[in-house]
Amino acid sequence: MSEHYVILLVLVPLLASPLCIFSRNARAAWGFAVLACLTSLYLVFQVWAEVMATGPITYHIGDWAPPVGIEYRVDAVNAWVLLIVAVIGSVVAPYARVSVEREVEAGRIPLFYAAFLLCFTGLLGITVTGDVFNVFVFLEVSSLSAYGLIALGQDRRALTSAFRYLIMGSVGATFIVIGIGLMYVMTGSLNMADLAQLLPQVWDTRTIKVAYGFLAVGVFLKLALFPLHLWLPNAYTFAPSAVTAFIAATATKVAVYMLLRFFFTVFGAPFSFDVMRLDMVLLPLALVAIVTMSLVAIFQVNVKRLLAYSSVAQIGYMILGISFASVTGLTAALLHLFNHALMKGALFMCMGCVMYRIGSVHIDAMAGLGKRMPLTMAAFVVAGLSLVGVPLTVGFISKWYLILGALERGWWPVAILVLITSLMALVYVWRVVEVAYFQEFPHDEDTQEAPWALLIPMWALVLANVWFGIDARTTVASAEQAAQTLMGGAP
Amino acid sequence: MTLLSHYNYWVVILLMMVGFYTMISRGNLIKKMVGLNVFQTSVFMLYISMGKIRGGTAPILMDAHGESSETAHVLYSNPLPHVLILTAIVVGIATTAVGLALIVRIKETYGSIEEDEINQIEAEGAA
Repeated sequence: MSEHYVILLVLVPLLASPLCIFSRNARAAWGFAVLACLTSLYLVFQVWAEVMATGPITYHIGDWAPPVGIEYRVDAVNAWVLLIVAVIGSVVAPYARVSVEREVEAGRIPLFYAAFLLCFTGLLGITVTGDVFNVFVFLEVSSLSAYGLIALGQDRRALTSAFRYLIMGSVGATFIVIGIGLMYVMTGSLNMADLAQLLPQVWDTRTIKVAYGFLAVGVFLKLALFPLHLWLPNAYTFAPSAVTAFIAATATKVAVYMLLRFFFTVFGAPFSFDVMRLDMVLLPLALVAIVTMSLVAIFQVNVKRLLAYSSVAQIGYMILGISFASVTGLTAALLHLFNHALMKGALFMCMGCVMYRIGSVHIDAMAGLGKRMPLTMAAFVVAGLSLVGVPLTVGFISKWYLILGALERGWWPVAILVLITSLMALVYVWRVVEVAYFQEFPHDEDTQEAPWALLIPMWALVLANVWFGIDARTTVASAEQAAQTLMGGAP
Repeated sequence: MTLLSHYNYWVVILLMMVGFYTMISRGNLIKKMVGLNVFQTSVFMLYISMGKIRGGTAPILMDAHGESSETAHVLYSNPLPHVLILTAIVVGIATTAVGLALIVRIKETYGSIEEDEINQIEAEGAA
């Protein structure tokens, strides 16, 4: 039984999704969603523990041996990303019930959970598979359901932002297919491990270089790397709160994983960094993303949009870590993958609580909320400090490794820039804190604390921020092992 | 000779550019979807072209007389890209369906499917 865990963790949410539609009942659909997410989390945890203890697991679908059949392959890297997706899914699903009842029309709630589970399936599928075409299929499963989820937002601008995301996301996915096709032309294989063996013989052909370019642009679109991030702020701002918390914490992370998988495992680090000079593309884009997007975030009046721009900046930190092309840099990137999921998940969940009580996330509407919703705003402060990178929070751990990586390469201006942009994060977090704590509550209405059903999942993530900030041994060990796997060195 | 022997690929590039340009330049959301479809179709043709071998037939076991047999070896085109593209076509249809559904909802709430008019309505709403 346990050898089938790898496939079951994708199948369970996939099969639970139609159950949500057929149940036609909001409560039942929510029950299926939570159950499926928790089952997946259990399976992912088992798989992760096994990978950590005994090394990579492979699973042949339908017992067809690779490279002909589709292979699912879990090593230290994707076990780590699977864990991120499953944890966030399992925290957001219980949170969604109350938040979604408020923000989505009653008749559409079962469909909401169906789309949510499909998105969850797609993200897990991208991560678990060892077949490049399978990546594309799961990418579209997750993207199409994400467009639907975003369009469920209350504001009518949710529709236009979902449409823009659909256009840009489909272009990105199509670019990835072109890249996969060109690789197939040259090698006749779609299996990642097999491609890694075959590609070095054809490295110097133009076809492979073009394939690399298409894949790079496609993945950059999906992960919202700086000039290709235009779909992200509106999509995050107008989606229902639970969707924003889920997508912000997982979708871009899985796209970063795709980048790592394609460019480190399939093409190999030597090709990416010695032949294609990927670091020379990533480094400037990451730096520009971090500086400009942090600056833009400071001037936002909608707090969800502020956090969305901050997300683009934070993706810049991950890409910066990758551009160092060293084990330390990759460790920083992988750590930030997990840590950013924890902090952005918590912050967007705070916005969900605020939205639930006062129906707006405009910064002026949040005046005096520190007294009215003390637990929610305290969570915002802790998660915000984590975003800034204050010691004893996870944000500090990722920044620490990022700066170590920069100094290791001798790029001390980059290290200084990381410190300066952390201060910019402090500015935009402080703007919210100032309004919430140092201004009078303008209304007389008795606005209360958010319900426990929202507070408990949110505080679970907030406490994880602190827990893994104090005791980072597990996370650092996992990220380091994953980084070493990617660089090809023996652990 | 070399130019014409890659006839399929020239068509692929032409369609890809036409679709991409339509998607970027047109303000009408339906026209954008059409552009996206043409763009995706070009990729389908790229895949189908690359599986073809000159003189190759369908991947069926046959002897010299065209009878089916289990021992004969024939030159056949690679069927795998075709199968992959069946999947991609399904994905393309799903994308189109979601896109058109969104356009219907946009038309219902904004009363327009022209991007500049929608932007104007959004700008007025924000002000």
